[in-house]
Order: sequence, then structure tokens, then C-alpha cells
Amino acid sequence: MKILTQWLRHYLPTLAATDRQLADDLTLRGIAVEGVHDLGSGNGSLFEMDITTNRVDAMNHYGIAREAATIYNLALQPLLAKENVILSEAKNPGIFSEAPQKPTGEHRPFPVHIEAPTLCGRFTAQVLRNVTIAPSTGSIAEYFTLLEQKQISNAVDASNYTLLGMGHPTHAFDLDKLEGGIVIRLAHKGEKLKLLDGTERTLEADDLVVADEKKALALAGVMGGWDSMITAETKNILVEAAWFDPATVRRSSRRHLLHTDASHRFERGADFNAAPVANRLVSELILASGGHAEGPPVDVIIPEAAARTASRPAIQLSVRQVQRHLGTTLDPAGITRDIVAQYLTALGCSLTAQSGDIFSVTLPSWRLDLEREIDLIEEVARVYGYNGFANTLPMPGIVINHPTAAKQAAVRTRLLALGFSESISSTFTSQQDADLFSTQDKGTIALENPLSEEVGLLRPSLVPGMVTMLGHNLNRDVREVRLFEQGQVFTGSAAQVVETEQLALGLTTAETHSTPPHSAEDRPFFEIKGTLESILSLFDAGQLTFSAKAPAWLQSGRAATAQLDGQPIAHFGELASAEAARRKLRQPVYLAQLDLEKLFTFPLRNVTARELSRFQAVGRDFSFTFPDSVQWLSIARALEALNIAELQSIKPIEVWRDPKKFPGVYSLLVRTVFQSHERTLRDEELADWSRRIIEALTTLGGTLRS
Amino acid sequence: MTDTIPQLASHDEPALDQAFRTLATEVQAETAALTTPEAQENFRLHWLGRKQGRLKLISEAWLKSAPAEARKPLGIRFNQLKQQIEQALEAPASQKSAVVLGLDITLPGVIRSPGIPHPLLETMRQIVEVFHHLGYSTNLGPQVETDFYNFEALNFPPNHPARDTQDTLLIANQQSKPSRDRLLMRTHTSPVQIRTMVQQAPPIRIVIPGKVHRNDAADATHSPIFHQVEGLCVDTNITFSDLKGTLDHAMKALFGSSVKTRFFPSFFPFTEPSADVQISCIFCGGKGCRKCKHSGWIELLGCGMVDPAVFASVTEERRKTNPADDAYNPEKISGFAFGMGVERIAMIQHGISDIGHFYSGDMRFLEQFA
Repeated sequence: MKILTQWLRHYLPTLAATDRQLADDLTLRGIAVEGVHDLGSGNGSLFEMDITTNRVDAMNHYGIAREAATIYNLALQPLLAKENVILSEAKNPGIFSEAPQKPTGEHRPFPVHIEAPTLCGRFTAQVLRNVTIAPSTGSIAEYFTLLEQKQISNAVDASNYTLLGMGHPTHAFDLDKLEGGIVIRLAHKGEKLKLLDGTERTLEADDLVVADEKKALALAGVMGGWDSMITAETKNILVEAAWFDPATVRRSSRRHLLHTDASHRFERGADFNAAPVANRLVSELILASGGHAEGPPVDVIIPEAAARTASRPAIQLSVRQVQRHLGTTLDPAGITRDIVAQYLTALGCSLTAQSGDIFSVTLPSWRLDLEREIDLIEEVARVYGYNGFANTLPMPGIVINHPTAAKQAAVRTRLLALGFSESISSTFTSQQDADLFSTQDKGTIALENPLSEEVGLLRPSLVPGMVTMLGHNLNRDVREVRLFEQGQVFTGSAAQVVETEQLALGLTTAETHSTPPHSAEDRPFFEIKGTLESILSLFDAGQLTFSAKAPAWLQSGRAATAQLDGQPIAHFGELASAEAARRKLRQPVYLAQLDLEKLFTFPLRNVTARELSRFQAVGRDFSFTFPDSVQWLSIARALEALNIAELQSIKPIEVWRDPKKFPGVYSLLVRTVFQSHERTLRDEELADWSRRIIEALTTLGGTLRS
Repeated sequence: MTDTIPQLASHDEPALDQAFRTLATEVQAETAALTTPEAQENFRLHWLGRKQGRLKLISEAWLKSAPAEARKPLGIRFNQLKQQIEQALEAPASQKSAVVLGLDITLPGVIRSPGIPHPLLETMRQIVEVFHHLGYSTNLGPQVETDFYNFEALNFPPNHPARDTQDTLLIANQQSKPSRDRLLMRTHTSPVQIRTMVQQAPPIRIVIPGKVHRNDAADATHSPIFHQVEGLCVDTNITFSDLKGTLDHAMKALFGSSVKTRFFPSFFPFTEPSADVQISCIFCGGKGCRKCKHSGWIELLGCGMVDPAVFASVTEERRKTNPADDAYNPEKISGFAFGMGVERIAMIQHGISDIGHFYSGDMRFLEQFA
């Protein structure tokens, strides 16, 4: 919204502050001036305003003048004072005198019937005869030019001028197009109405219309109708200024996608008492170019609506409560009773002192946002200036972290140390990805209004997001990627959404070196496996085992499931080749999905340090050939089963396969380390253990290589 | 080469100093020319040669003929000269080995690639930590939230624009539910305020980090996914000046002690009075620059005193389990709440121009924060 400071200053002739100062002072009191444009000599400035939606009263020049008067403690001119100056320039001034005008001749009041009294609280109508439709001149033309407000004709401009000046929407009908009196009623379902924007609208049964006895004339509070609009030929006018129910105007405005200056104000709560003033102002401005008013204005008031707006009961305000909520001010005098009274009076309240520190406060009709004591406390704080309050600190509390914070941090720290970077992927996913990456059918959650049709579901797994991020990197020729994401996944149904915490790992590498015993090709698989083992080792969890069974999104034969006490905790391995091809990934990607919800049921492992041996450790290597059917796990188990207390570690050092030369078998170099806590090991013992190891491995089907 | 050793004029100390200084100058001059192994060998023979070396000759010419009382000062000076010659022979040798055997220490160092903390989550953790130090506990809540917790209990009127599908992502297939139970993607972390108060009586000091979603089109500064940190403090005698002091302290802890804060009125349904907080521009110190649009200030967070209507909603919920509950009587307690967008703060801290980088997993972006 735009404001002219010269227009403001007409309402505040004693305002001494410069335009810039005024802009700052208004902004610091919540009437935000976003931009100040100097309009050159004598024209003052143009303010670009950003008024919060609760302050519809300040969306006009007079409302902002009232704020300025409150800030500087100045006297505000009555509303029509400035307009009287405009009218005095006119050739046909003073149709309305200060005293109510006596009708000339015999007139029945213009018939107005409010058929929907809960939706239209007040309707004023004024008949104007023999008007002259012409372009605006004088101050109105000048102001409109500076505001870049389109000029249409004196009649339409009068309505716009009134809106900009005092904020109340009005409408002028061509009286000769009306058939009978005005009826404010609900539309008939399917009723047609052509609006001022030239479009024909089909109305619903809860749209409110201003109608005559035959047809709808205007969509109430939103936009006037085409057929009754003012034209160059218009001779007689009916000026409307009304008060419509905010929710009704909002509903119609939304339904017909019509956001107008009028709907903007009505739907936020217009000033109930402004209607007759606005009607008079519009009428006088039109009559300034000629014509006369026929009879006094008609003013139909629904008492229930008045009670909800203009005549609300007074509220009690305690000065002690003001101080209790706001606290310490920089000025040691603090917020006194006098300050409270001064601010609220300037804003339009009337205060009556009651017993103790209590005021009874009558609220202004234009501030429907004020309803409770706390609203008045806010007004006091706002006008006092927030920066006039001191910086104090309350007593601190006892800090409790959320229950899984330490576990989350432990997992995250470990992953960072292992070279995985933290990432955040989209919460939303496609039906196709949800189908592929859901490990179990636990249901999916759809959005009613998704961001796009392709991502209509909440992710049931972090993995599709992870694959997308890996693909993003590969498409940009970044071929060394290690990522993890800790986040929520969503399963269940709209009746019962289940939100659980998951961990995803993603790895892709262009590394071509093998790191024995793993080949270069298999290394990423074992890095993912080792990363999972390292995370699980942080917890005092159950027995960890691995199964070659894995969900379909992983490549069969290059995937596994990690289990704790036989219960699956994670799936990992290479992305299924069909999916990798579909996504055009130029390099194999490896993934893991871990159920953090389940993992976090285990406590973090409390380390008990073991004694370190003072005696020398001795290593013995064994080189064997095994059939492919003998896996490492059975070899390790066989050696553990020997129950040699001094056998400290068993490791595969090298695995060597040559399927062409030696099909069905592989060679393995096993390294064992022996150490005693009590003594130095003797050669005979070592020889005996070696013999037993060779025997055990031979029993498994291995052949010792010489 | 034959050398003649001058005779000593006298055996007093100035005369000895003079004689040895001359020799030391000769050694120094020759040292500079020791660039090849041959030159080095010649130098060695010239001075240290066993038969014709100059030291041998000096020893014979001066030491042997010296009177007993002059032997000691002569000997000291002789040994110093010998040391100088020996050092001259060592120095070039060690230099030479550095060139031949040493590392090219200018090659790049080997860095084991660490995992990189996400800059956005790192900022979020920093903010949370500041409030931990101020005595706030962490609380979390679900991302799929009910209309009641996300809007109704926070005093959003039924027709508030934020409740519109243009702003809020709704869960499908729940026409049969009463409106307060309808599920949506939480649009802010504020519902956790309500969840906490419903469960727990004052005093409350909590900080709520979390992910939120809105039906926003993505551009350089907007994303349908973003993160917030929310705070809530409820106790007896909590005032607006406490809110100011707390946030002023927090901003100084986050951005440096020279940062100033400025509060001005705003509007949120769940706080009253409500305020927006600006900090003095961390780039120009408040003088005005491109980053702060020449205003000297950067808008950073929203806050306010908890609206009594929020306490009323909380009380209504609590009375479902304890009809006599009066823990949140606004006559007895008061509180403040604040919330900030983490993306915006991280973008300011690191000069990030596109919010989309946070959700791309792009290693080229992340590696800058290693």
C-alpha cells in the first residue's frame, strides 16, 4: 500500500518530524514503512507500506495519521476536515451542511432490505440526482497521479479516494439500471452475475449479493456488477457504504479468485461506524461536480452486528498487569498509569478509572483486533517502543537432552570419522520409488495436495533419496561419494501415520586399487559392511549375524541383511542393476538402510577396558586352498572351536581366485596371532597349535599349500 | 702452495685478536666458494693438511715459540679458528644431502577424507547449544502433525490463510476425520510447544530443532522443506524484557559480542505482544552494504509473549486428564516463545546463494565445509 506524506500531514498539521523520521518511528511501532521515495519539491514523500493483516485500520491515510498522532502525542484533525478543503475548491460546495439536511419536497426513503442480517450488519444508501460524470480535477487528480492510482471518473474516483483516505470500501450504482429497491441476500445457486472486470460468474448459495428486486447487482464486499456500473451517460446514482461479515466476503473472494481492495478490507474486519461517514464523503465528492442529494441517507443497522463491532462491552485493564507482562524499561520511571491512559486514548479508546489500578476501556469501532486485556498491553508496549525495554534474563532451568540425542550423536560422529558426509534429501517420493524401496509392505502416506504429481508420497525409506543424491553427484562427474542421512520415514495409513527414524548410507567410488583380502570391485560392499559393523559396535546390542537374503532393490548376490539376535536391523549392498540402469548411473552404487528406531532400543556400549599383556605376541600364517563352498565364517568358527585361549585373532590376509585355471576353489592366507597374559609362549606350544589349526582347516575341506 | 705465516708482533691480547681476526676473515671468504667437492677438498688440505696445512704451520710458528703466560690465550683463539674451519667443511656437506636425498616438501599433504558435517545441521546444532547453555532442554515432535497442534491450539482462526492448501501440505484420505484431528505436514516447530505444555507443568525452558514443510514453490531462497529452531520459556514472572535479554544474548553468542539487536512489533497468532528481531549486519557492522540491502540490519527471527489463548488451549487439553488442572493459569504464569529459520541463518553465515544446495547431497558443495 502507498501513502502520501502530504496527505497524512493534512490530518496532522502540527507534525514536525521529517518524512524519514516519521518512517522510522512508524516502522519501530509495527506500522512498517518498507520504502521512502522523495517526490520532489513540495510533494513530500511516498511511503511503501507493509501493514500486517491484523491492522486493517492502518491500511489508509487517516489510520496512519492516527498512529503518528499517538507516537508524537499530537492532535488529529477530524476525518472530514481535509475533505472540506477539497470541497471548498469545488463549484458546488456544501450540499450537506453541519445540520442534518431537510428533504426537499416529498420523499420516501429509498427502500433497503437486509434479508441476510447475520451476513450484512449495516447498509447505507444515498440517492444522488442529476450528477455530472466528468474527470476528476484538483487535489484528487494530483494525489492519484502521485500514487499512480488510475483515474476513471469523478464518481469512481470518489469511491477510491474514500478507500485510500479513510479505508472504507463504497460503491456507486447507476440508479436508473435498478429495478426496485435494494435487497441484500444470499445468491441462488447457479445465479449468473457479470462483474466489473467483465467476467460472468456463476454464484453459489452462500455467496452474498447486493441485489434489486429482480437481479443480483454486485458480489457483496468483493466487486460491483457490470450492468449497473457508472458510465458517461449516468445521471442518477445510488451510493452504497455497508458492513459485511468478514468470513462471507473471504469465502466469496476465495471461491471466485477475486482479491480486491474491498474484499481485502472487509475480510479483515472493516469499521462498522465508518459506513455513513464514507457514504457522505463519496456523495459530497460526486456532488462537487453538480447534482443534488435526494433526501437523507438511508442507514439500516442490524443491532446484533453493532454489538459485535462498534458497541462491544468495555474491557478491564490493570496497570499492574501491563507491568507484569512487559517487565523492565530502560527509563527507570517505567510504564506509568498516565502513559497507559495517554497511549490508549490517542488510539481511540475511552478510559474510565475504576478502583485500584484498573481502567475500564471502551474500544474503538475500527480496532476489531482489540478484544482482550493482553491486546491493550500489546498496544502499550508497541507505542512505548520495544527498544525502550531493558535486556533482562530469567533464571535458567535444568538442561535435559532428548532421550536419543546421545545415540544419534554417537552414530553421526562415527560416520563422519569413517568418511561419510551428512546429507538431507527430500521428504517426498514417487509411487514407483515407494513401491521399489519399501522393504516390507507397511503402507504409504499420500499427500492431498502434493508439490507435484511425481512426488505424491511421504518417503517410506531414505534410500530413494540417497540414490538420487548419488546420481546427482555422478551426473556432475563427482565419482567419489560417501553420504549418510539420519531422518524420519513414514508408513501406515492416514488413520495411523507411523514416523520412524532411519539411517541411509550411500557410497560410490572410482577407486581401482584392491585392498586385500578384498578385490577392488568388492571393496565398496565390504566398506559398507564394515561401516555398519562399526556403528553397531557402539551399542550394547545382541548377536550380530549376516544373511545373504536381501530386498529386491539390492542386487542379488551382492547384498546382505544384518541381524541382531536374528532380527533384521539393516539391509545393504549394491543397488539392483535394473534400477541402476533405469537411473542411468555410470558407476555402481552401494547402499545401506538401517532401522535406527530399533537400534536405539539398545543402550550405548559402556567400555570396560581389558588388561594388556606384557608378553610378546606371535603370528603364524597358514596358506590353504578351499572349495568355493567353504565361506570365511565357517573357517573362523572352526578355529574358534579349537578353544585355544591364547589365540587372540584370526584374519583373512589374502584371498586369491582364478576361476579359469582353478575353477571351484580359492586360496586363502590366514593370519593367526597368539599371546598369553601369563607367560612367554614356548615353541612346542606354538607347534602344537599350528598342527591343530591345519588339522581343523583340512577337516573343513582345505588343502595346505606347501 | 706455500704459505708464509707472519710473525706475531706481540703476545698481548689486542695483538692476538688482530692476528686471528685476519685469519678468520680469510676462512670466511674461502667458505663462500665451497660449491664443489673439489673446492671443499682443497680447502681442507689448505687449512687442515697434516704437513703443510696452515693450522699446522701456525701452531708451529706461534704456539711453540710463545712465552708460557701467552699459551693459554693463544690456545683458546687457535681452537676457535679450528672449529670455524671444521664447521665450514660440514655445512656444505649437509646442504648437499638435503638436495639429493630430501623430500619435496612442497608437494601437497595427504589428507584422509573426513566425513563432512552438513552446514545447515551444524548451524542448527550451534543454535541449540546456545540455548542449552541458557538452561533450555531439547524437545522434538512429529513431522506429520494434527490440525489441532499445528494451528488450532496455537490460536490460528479457522479461516487463517496459513491453513489454506496453498500454504500447507495435507495428508490425503481423511475426509471422515473431525477437522482438529486432520493430519498435515507441520508448517512450523511451534506445535511442540503445545505438546510439551500439555505433558508438563511450568517451569518450562525448551528448545525445539526440527524439519518443517510448506506448500512453497522452490527458488533460490525458498524450499518446501526447511528447518526451524523454536524456543519456549514459561514460568512465573517471565516478562517481555526477559525475552529481549534472552534473544539479545543468544544473537551475541551466535554472531559475536559486537552484534546489536533491534525489536519491533509484528503479528503472530500465538504470541502477544509479538516482535520481529533484527541484528546489526554482520558483514558491514551496520553501516549498510549489499548483503543487508543497505539498511544496516538483517531480519532474523520472530518472537513474542505467549498469547493467553494458547495457555487456554493447553489448559483445556490438560483438564481432559485432570479436571482441576490450573498449571497454565495466565494470571499466575507467563512466557515467551521464539522461532528462527535455520536455512536463512546458515545462508547468511556462509554466504550461500541457493537454498537448494542444502538438499542436493552435492559433494562439491559439502567439501567446502570439510
